[in-house]
Amino acid sequence: MMSSDNKKTYQSKLFIPTASSRPENKPDYSHLKIPSPLDSQRPDVLVDAEQVRDLAYGIVRVLDDDHQAKGPWQPDLSVAQLHTGLRHMMHVRAYDQRMFTMQRQGKLSFYMKCTGEEAVAVAQAMALEDGDMLFPSYRQQGLLFVRKRPVVDMMCHCISNAKDNIKGRQMPVFYSWKEGNFFSVSGNLATQYSQAVGWAMASAYKGEDHIAVSWVGDGTTAAADVYHALVFASTYKAPVILNVVNNQWAISTPQSFANTGTTFAARSIGFSIPGIRVDGNDFLAVYAVTKWAAERARKGGGATFIELYTYRTEGHSTSDNPDSYRGKNEAAHWPLGDPIERLKNHLIAIGQWSEAQHLDLEKELKADILAAWKEAISHGSFEDGPHWPVSSMFEDVFKDIPPHLQKQMHKIGV
Amino acid sequence: MAKMNMIQALNSAMDVCMNRDPNVLVMGEDVGYFGGVFRCTHGLYQKYGAHRAIDTPIAEGGIVAAAIGMGVNGLRPVVEMQFADYIYPAIDQIISELARLRHRSGGEYFAPLTIRAPCGGGIRGGQTHSQSPEAIFTHACGLKTVMPSNPYDAKGLLIAAIEDDDPVIFFEPKRIYNGPFDGDHLKPATSWAAHPMGEVPEGYYSLALGKANIVIPGNAVTVIAYGNMVHVAEAAIKASGLDAELIDLRTLIPLDTDTIEASVQKTGRCVVLHEATRTSGFGAEIVSQIQEQCFWHLTAPIERVTGWDTPYPHAFEWEYFPSQARIIEAMQRTLENN
Repeated sequence: MMSSDNKKTYQSKLFIPTASSRPENKPDYSHLKIPSPLDSQRPDVLVDAEQVRDLAYGIVRVLDDDHQAKGPWQPDLSVAQLHTGLRHMMHVRAYDQRMFTMQRQGKLSFYMKCTGEEAVAVAQAMALEDGDMLFPSYRQQGLLFVRKRPVVDMMCHCISNAKDNIKGRQMPVFYSWKEGNFFSVSGNLATQYSQAVGWAMASAYKGEDHIAVSWVGDGTTAAADVYHALVFASTYKAPVILNVVNNQWAISTPQSFANTGTTFAARSIGFSIPGIRVDGNDFLAVYAVTKWAAERARKGGGATFIELYTYRTEGHSTSDNPDSYRGKNEAAHWPLGDPIERLKNHLIAIGQWSEAQHLDLEKELKADILAAWKEAISHGSFEDGPHWPVSSMFEDVFKDIPPHLQKQMHKIGV
Repeated sequence: MAKMNMIQALNSAMDVCMNRDPNVLVMGEDVGYFGGVFRCTHGLYQKYGAHRAIDTPIAEGGIVAAAIGMGVNGLRPVVEMQFADYIYPAIDQIISELARLRHRSGGEYFAPLTIRAPCGGGIRGGQTHSQSPEAIFTHACGLKTVMPSNPYDAKGLLIAAIEDDDPVIFFEPKRIYNGPFDGDHLKPATSWAAHPMGEVPEGYYSLALGKANIVIPGNAVTVIAYGNMVHVAEAAIKASGLDAELIDLRTLIPLDTDTIEASVQKTGRCVVLHEATRTSGFGAEIVSQIQEQCFWHLTAPIERVTGWDTPYPHAFEWEYFPSQARIIEAMQRTLENN
């Protein structure tokens, strides 16, 4: 047994990173230096990675504290496009709220919201072409809204009913939608990142202009597949955009367990891939940086590594309570605000939106989502069905059902 | 027809497929300019260019992942793992991604990869250049698993694998790349030139995946083998003078259970062989299926002759490698019971 003396004298030198806050601390982000939109250069898209090192350590922003668009990264977006972006983000949030509530009522086995991060997927999807291939992680449902996937179909997937296009084979939110060039979401994190690079290599091999785009979270950057993606993307100058959504938290693991004391964007510099950190809650900046990276890829400049600096306002999923591992209301201390509020305030500041219009739109989208839910559930519920026939479980393991699976099918009598 | 060893036959299969379909490409460590450490991709870089015989970074997980992305985008990559022993860094991409992609996406996406991997020992490769990990892949639903035993089969099966829309793990027993090997390492090496299965058509042909081959017909005992064990078994049967039936499985998934069952129901006795480790080896699956389907036909317990449950040794390679003597003993044990 260790004596109390030993306990006092023994001091491990092993360093363990700390969190931005834990329930026993008061959240404090005052140390974060938020640069002005005027501070970041906007280089030519074919620039060498080493000439834009500053972009990996800064934060590209467009929307200033007075809600005006400023600086070199102001994108060419019409008011109509801004309205569309706002609408999509609000639609996603309404969808998330409904699905979360339905999970709490036992109608779904599981759900994951992207609250506070809506600008990432929505602005990025709007900056891409329809033929570009998306290799998402599990919090980019906004991509589907921009590409106009029917909300009813998304819901039918989440409740694994007879109208689920992936036949009840995956947990909720693990969407797949080939028609919209949206790749099947995997639960093994980062695997899609290096696959996206291969897809992009094939696009270049075939002489096509389509690019691939993939997303991982801050925690997932620790995975080997991320470095496979970077080294392959750099080696073959693959037309790909590799995004890191730094939302500060990986379930209860803070980003300090992966950031190695610097920015995530800085990681690509050693691969000769430009790394750009962008204010992930600034719709205009996210759009502008993605557009830049897409143009670079299409012109043969290769990959761009984008760190989207944002904040996961809610829990990781319906299975965790963030109050048990981070300071209460840490989200309220996050200095980069909320993406919907910021775009709304910008539109109001330029005289193209009002609080009343905003409330009306909120109401409209909430009603739209409710109607979609009612329709989805009319096709079958998770508990009671109808589901796909049980025999469908044996399909798609191979292109054709081989004899041993046919025998197993007959064994369970389907 | 031409005389080919297994390396030339595999090379010819890739050449034929690349020539027929611009979406077929080969990729892997040292496969391009150099032509592969075993020379299987020799000349493809020079003939088809660096973009179709692609040298890759040394990262198996990255190679397979990139190939999956290519497959999803309409290409048909033939990936070389330099040694089957090096496949483990890619196992998450193979088992969690490649094998299940079609199923998990409701049939929306698939990646028609062929992953070639030289396997097996008898080449003084020690534990990191001698393994036979085929059973792992047969356990992951969604993969076809192939292991040819001769040049003719190797070419026909590889062409079938490349053309197959399902992912195929294609194991190549490297001890028999240059010639059949009967397990006696003290004898001079033989070449494929003198072997009938070394006669290989130069053009296109394919062999259906999932069809076993009866190498020697017989009535007394069924011997089930694949890969290099086929030749050891053949020599053991000849040396013993027993009326054994030798089945070369060629494909493990899908498994030709019809051929196995017909033979065991005829002979009532069975010996299952593989070079891989014993416990949870593919032999266990074969034995299990035989007792399910042929129990009342059996007159003796089924025997297994396999590698031991140890890492593949360097110094004791021939104590590890399933020998003719062990196979003969096993056949005789099954015949002692009447």
